[in-house]
Amino acid sequence: MTDTATLLEVKHITKRFPGVIALDDVSLSIEAGKVTALIGENGAGKSTLMKILSGVYPDFEGAIYYKGETAKFAGPKDAQQQGVVIIHQELNLIPYLTITENIFLGRELVTQYGTMDKSRMRKRTQELLDRLKLKASPDSQVFKLKVGQQQIVEIAKALLTDAELIIMDEPTSAITGAEVEVLFDIIADLKAQNKAIVYVSHKLDELFRIADNYVVLRDGKSIESGEMAGMTQDQLISKMVGRKIEVMRKTTARGACEPLLEVKNLNLKSRLKAGNVLRNVSFNIGKGEIVGLFGLMGAGRTELLETIFGLHPAHSTGEVLLGGESICCDSPARAIAAGLALVPEDRKKDGLILGLGVKNNISLTTLEEMEDFGTLNDSKECGLADHYISELRIKTPSKEQKAKNLSGGNQQKIVLAKWLATRPKVLLLDEPTRGIDINAKTEIYKLIIRLADEGLGILMVSSELPEILAISDRILVMSEGRLTGEFSSDEASEDGILKAAIGVSPTAVGGQRPAVGGQTRP
Amino acid sequence: MPQDIQPIAGEKQTTEGRLPALQGRFPIARFQSLIALFLLCLALSIMSDKFLTFSNLWNVMRQISVNICISVGMTLIVLTAGIDLSVGSVLALCGAITAGLLKNGIEIPSQNLYIGFTVLGAILAGGLTGSALGAFNGWAITRFSVPPFVATLAMLTVARGLTMLWTGGFPISGLGDTFLFIGTGWFLGIPVPVWISIVVVALAVFLTDKTRIGRYIYAIGGNESASRLSGINVSKVKIIVYTLAGALAAVGGIMVTSRLDSAQPNAGISYELDSIAAVVIGGTSLSGGRGSILGTVLGALIIGVLNNGLVLLNVSPFWQQVVKGLVILLAVIIDKSNGKGE
Repeated sequence: MTDTATLLEVKHITKRFPGVIALDDVSLSIEAGKVTALIGENGAGKSTLMKILSGVYPDFEGAIYYKGETAKFAGPKDAQQQGVVIIHQELNLIPYLTITENIFLGRELVTQYGTMDKSRMRKRTQELLDRLKLKASPDSQVFKLKVGQQQIVEIAKALLTDAELIIMDEPTSAITGAEVEVLFDIIADLKAQNKAIVYVSHKLDELFRIADNYVVLRDGKSIESGEMAGMTQDQLISKMVGRKIEVMRKTTARGACEPLLEVKNLNLKSRLKAGNVLRNVSFNIGKGEIVGLFGLMGAGRTELLETIFGLHPAHSTGEVLLGGESICCDSPARAIAAGLALVPEDRKKDGLILGLGVKNNISLTTLEEMEDFGTLNDSKECGLADHYISELRIKTPSKEQKAKNLSGGNQQKIVLAKWLATRPKVLLLDEPTRGIDINAKTEIYKLIIRLADEGLGILMVSSELPEILAISDRILVMSEGRLTGEFSSDEASEDGILKAAIGVSPTAVGGQRPAVGGQTRP
Repeated sequence: MPQDIQPIAGEKQTTEGRLPALQGRFPIARFQSLIALFLLCLALSIMSDKFLTFSNLWNVMRQISVNICISVGMTLIVLTAGIDLSVGSVLALCGAITAGLLKNGIEIPSQNLYIGFTVLGAILAGGLTGSALGAFNGWAITRFSVPPFVATLAMLTVARGLTMLWTGGFPISGLGDTFLFIGTGWFLGIPVPVWISIVVVALAVFLTDKTRIGRYIYAIGGNESASRLSGINVSKVKIIVYTLAGALAAVGGIMVTSRLDSAQPNAGISYELDSIAAVVIGGTSLSGGRGSILGTVLGALIIGVLNNGLVLLNVSPFWQQVVKGLVILLAVIIDKSNGKGE
């Protein structure tokens, strides 16, 4: 490691919003050449702190010392020029511009005649891409890249300005597997160049791999900071939530009984390129069974759920049976009527109507039942909303509160509520705990287990292996549109699952019965 | 539990959180429009002694009623994040069809056939024409994913052309007293067009607030993809909405035709702009999902009173346009700064 000079120090920062103190007397220091993990639940104040550090909020109480001097960031651009850049969780790239154009957006190089110096910009971009080992042409349009590659373009953008401090906000939320490894290599490189990195993530196992120091925020206060070495995951979690939570563990294994959902030879044509996104996918889900579905980005997990749910009728072939009867789902409405429910991956984009209230979101799937003589009955809607607000412990000031004003965990509970209201037989969950805090995650795991105990069949897509391992009865693995592995909960290991996901063995598991011990050979 | 509500970047908490009773379709921001309308009326009654007379006020209301009808349809469309540029042309065509059928019926000389139309029959034919054109808009938009702006721009031209074909470019006048009652008559001391717009507004408020379709309209405008995943038949809802807007344009066309006792081939030109202005001043977001029918009514009232006032004050028609444009801009700027807290 290089020297441990303090690059940036935050002293007694308080940031108030009307009605809320987002940060309360927070102090911390960030060292050059180290990765500092910023940890805390949603709403703990992480985003506010990042926005202060990156100049988005120029007004606050307290002081920032940067390179030993009091620093004042008038805005994001000012912070950038002084060497502090932030890589946001949501990618801020313009899809139809090229990589070069994105990287130089707002700071284009010009020739002496005032025209854009395309060749110089292209050359700089190529250098950056080489350095980050991204195999893409500087001239390719960003929307054609994979999400993981786009993430790397974001990093390239940050590196262009010779940043001293790079803040990464949940950089792995959209990428998996190999792409994460690339990112970690890049971070190691940056460390070697004595850059300071603030790394925000909900994924604790990642932090243990790359972080040197940690800072825990809770309810807007800095709780503790120190070195990662010697800490355990449980210790960190208890600091975040202020109490111990037991690791999820199923007590009874719910063996596969009668098949509830049977999927036979599902194929889905790709709309963008030749070939199939899903290839002969067959599997069963039993009554009361939780099946975890793992795969890397682009493996076709989301497409599988969508196809079962009737979103791609024109491009798919195959059969879906529910309770032994063939259901031909050519639209979500049909799928819902048959007893399917899909909790989508991106709750803001596909799950919620953010501008509508909690109540109206929950009742959206069952409005027909809310009617009396063609008129919506408000008391029925209120009853439904009250029921789920208390049952799922949705924390909201009122049931009229707009969905966009709630935290991620509570938003996800609203999505779950709206689907439970349809009384589904099979629940398709796509990354049900993505981007929500640990408390909410635990609650959602418990809920999933309870629903399975009540007899629902559950198919849960997740990129988080610990989560899949913790609550699944059986685990399916996909790679490049095929099922490449099937594991019972007893024999599942991170290793075996990852190998199947990377596609080391392309032996597809057909539509046989859930094979106990059906682990594919690597 | 403040820590559960994400402090939205440096902006004020919404007033809604604190006043649950007043939230919903008629948010607090709308009171500003109401106040603006009141101040406008107050100023005009001071500046002109003709403004605050019954005959003038009824006149304003009668003029506004056409805009209110088409703006109600426009609001429904804008709530789904769409737009309808064709209302003015559709209005003209429906008015012309109603007038033509009423006056001349349908004659097919080769078959030696003549079909005459009663007032009701002609009105129904006009209404059906509007609905059909609206449905066509909706079909083109949903079936072929044509942007609403483009689909209805095409319809604007098509319907205007059809109007010219139907009328031969000449007004159709002399439509009979029964028909004229719609545009010029009085009922229980209130002009008939005002009654019509009251009924239209009441039905639309009921539709948006109390029915499933209304909720779906807000949901689709708020998040189309989430709505589709929730099992809502998005295409069906959109076709219904465009059909309703077409039907309401027909209602407007029949009212205009009746008031003038004449179907003008160039009736309704630029009505779509007045209507969009009313929707926008009324606080409905052009990106969909947020707004209200009553807001639009206020918007139409503000435009109508402003028009009337500028005429009464002898402002040159050229300046009238400038003032109207600036008012629209101002209204949206005010609305934006209110909406930030949401």
